[in-house]
Amino acid sequence: MENPFGSKPATSNMMNHSEAAEVFTEDIDRTTWHDKTLWFVREKRDKAVFQIPEWEALREAGSRIKHNALSNLDEYLLEFEQNAIKNGVKIHWAADGHEHNEIVLQILRETGATQMVKSKSMLTEECHLNDFLIEKGVDVVDTDLGERVVQLAGEPPSHIVMPCIHKKKEEIGALFHEHLGTEKGASDPKYLAEAARQHLREKFLTRRAALTGVNFAIAETGGFVVCTNEGNADMGAHLADVHIASMGIEKIIPKAQHLGVFLRLLARSATGQPITTYSSHFHRPRQGQTMHIIIVDNGRTTQLGRPDFRNSLKCIRCGACMNTCPVYRRSGGHSYHNAVAGPIGSILAPNLDMRKNADLPFASTLCGSCSNVCPVKIDIHDQLYKWRQVLVAEGYVDSTKKQGMKLMASVLSSPKLFRFSGKAGRTMMRLLPYSVSNPLNPWFKQREMPEPPKESFREWYVNRETKK
Amino acid sequence: MNSRERILSAVKQNKPEFQPLPETTRFQSDYPDLVAKFSEILRFIGGTPVLVANYEEAETYIRQTYSDLPSVVSKVPALSHLATTDWDVVDPHQLETVDLAIIQGVFGVAENSAIWVPEERGGHRVLPFICQHLVLLLNTADLVPNMHDAYERLNISESGFGAFIAGPSKTADIEQALVIGAHGARSLSVVLLQNS
Ligand code: SF4
Repeated sequence: MENPFGSKPATSNMMNHSEAAEVFTEDIDRTTWHDKTLWFVREKRDKAVFQIPEWEALREAGSRIKHNALSNLDEYLLEFEQNAIKNGVKIHWAADGHEHNEIVLQILRETGATQMVKSKSMLTEECHLNDFLIEKGVDVVDTDLGERVVQLAGEPPSHIVMPCIHKKKEEIGALFHEHLGTEKGASDPKYLAEAARQHLREKFLTRRAALTGVNFAIAETGGFVVCTNEGNADMGAHLADVHIASMGIEKIIPKAQHLGVFLRLLARSATGQPITTYSSHFHRPRQGQTMHIIIVDNGRTTQLGRPDFRNSLKCIRCGACMNTCPVYRRSGGHSYHNAVAGPIGSILAPNLDMRKNADLPFASTLCGSCSNVCPVKIDIHDQLYKWRQVLVAEGYVDSTKKQGMKLMASVLSSPKLFRFSGKAGRTMMRLLPYSVSNPLNPWFKQREMPEPPKESFREWYVNRETKK
Repeated sequence: MNSRERILSAVKQNKPEFQPLPETTRFQSDYPDLVAKFSEILRFIGGTPVLVANYEEAETYIRQTYSDLPSVVSKVPALSHLATTDWDVVDPHQLETVDLAIIQGVFGVAENSAIWVPEERGGHRVLPFICQHLVLLLNTADLVPNMHDAYERLNISESGFGAFIAGPSKTADIEQALVIGAHGARSLSVVLLQNS
């Protein structure tokens, strides 16, 4: 397999993270470009955050609201359900991805719809909804531009906020030429985005069913909020006869006023925007429309029962931990072979399947940058470290040392990469928070380990950017 | 047991010990000039702020800026004569051809230039999204500093649907290059009415 972008998650001949990362890093220019692009987003995040003097207090508030929500989740779910029903919304419960998909299909059949538009929902990626529906003869069109790009390419998204961040504009141009009839060789983002607008507008206007994700579900009012920049969720939902909203049980927040905290945190953390263009609050179906909410477990209650890992359910899917992660930036989202990639994906994935995802908690330097940027203060790198212990104890990892070394070889210290990253890989390794003798973090034992760093992680990045 | 019961009982069994809500979930932003802050942010996110003294000036701006657009929907009573197209269609799909929609926002938020637009203000939920260009009117007196103030003022379930709209629709999905005009409106002007 020469192209990791073509690999779908959950296939039997799936590469593990370090193998996929090795393939990704073979293209040095692409790796450098991917790394830089994500870092650019991280810098935008920093700029936005520095404008909010109370940022740390805001994170603390967000974190504690989520703790409260998780600690009282059954009550809040009931309250949400009751209020949503009062609002005229139909509530469904799905124990797993398959049940979720069956419910969607059932709703579509009742409506007589054989076509559906869908806006971004990582949950439906997790449930492999598209494959399921297509097999049942339903035509599903992803309407987020990035998601449409990967859908046309036959790939899963590589990032939860920027689904086609791994693709160059020339590749997108080629895809659009093939599928949308744009001019051959055209790669101007403006031109391509306009072509997608025209192409998808036709879909919005003709589809009778729309599915959206849910960013926040409010127990107090039974409503939910969907955040987008493109306006695709709204174009889909407001024109369709049926609106299906899919949510994980952890999307619940207690009160409407808490949206103030989360909407201030989300977009700044995700892309450095002060807020997304659209923050759409849905409470009741419009006249003549039916609205469904599918509440999905799919392993979340299990994760809730793991004291060391339950905090991962606080995640608001901003993607900041990916943008800042030195491993994610250099290995690409597909190397994680899971719907959610990066540091948070590496905590969520083993919960779903330890055997299949045993490599992921090792796809990290444990540098802690993820935990530092997380808007809801999830102890991401600690949880990755704890997963390593669990996976070793349960016998899912052949040799811890080998796992760590593989990552080191593929992402961090490949001689090819050193040519451009040079000091980079070395500096990072010296910032690992755990001791040299720690067997779960074996990199310090690497023989050619260089001298301790003279610059801090941050300084290094600043210098690196200005040197370019 | 059905899935609902199974999920709820698993949550009940597995949830952590009760943790109270934090006492502080509301923070203050001290912007000396709300109009200035709102306008600065709106420009930053690709929108155009226009400060006017009254509806006549608003009308002049709209006529000058959008003179080439044939299909105009106006949901603002004081500017209803600018409309060339009726908003009150039976099927929202008919709004597909609208070039410009003029809508009165309820209030705006200085920290992010978001404007609250409930469905009643657009007539149809889809109007502010399906139109090619959007003009939102806002009284400068209806600016609040931040999102905490916004939710204090707002009863979110009063309308079946409402959205905070901040700037024109956009995407950066292609190599992080910002493109204004994704699926929603291609441009947004916010006409700020002073002293009202
Ligand atoms: S773990 Fe934190 S930083 Fe990562 S996506 Fe979730 S909320 Fe964002």
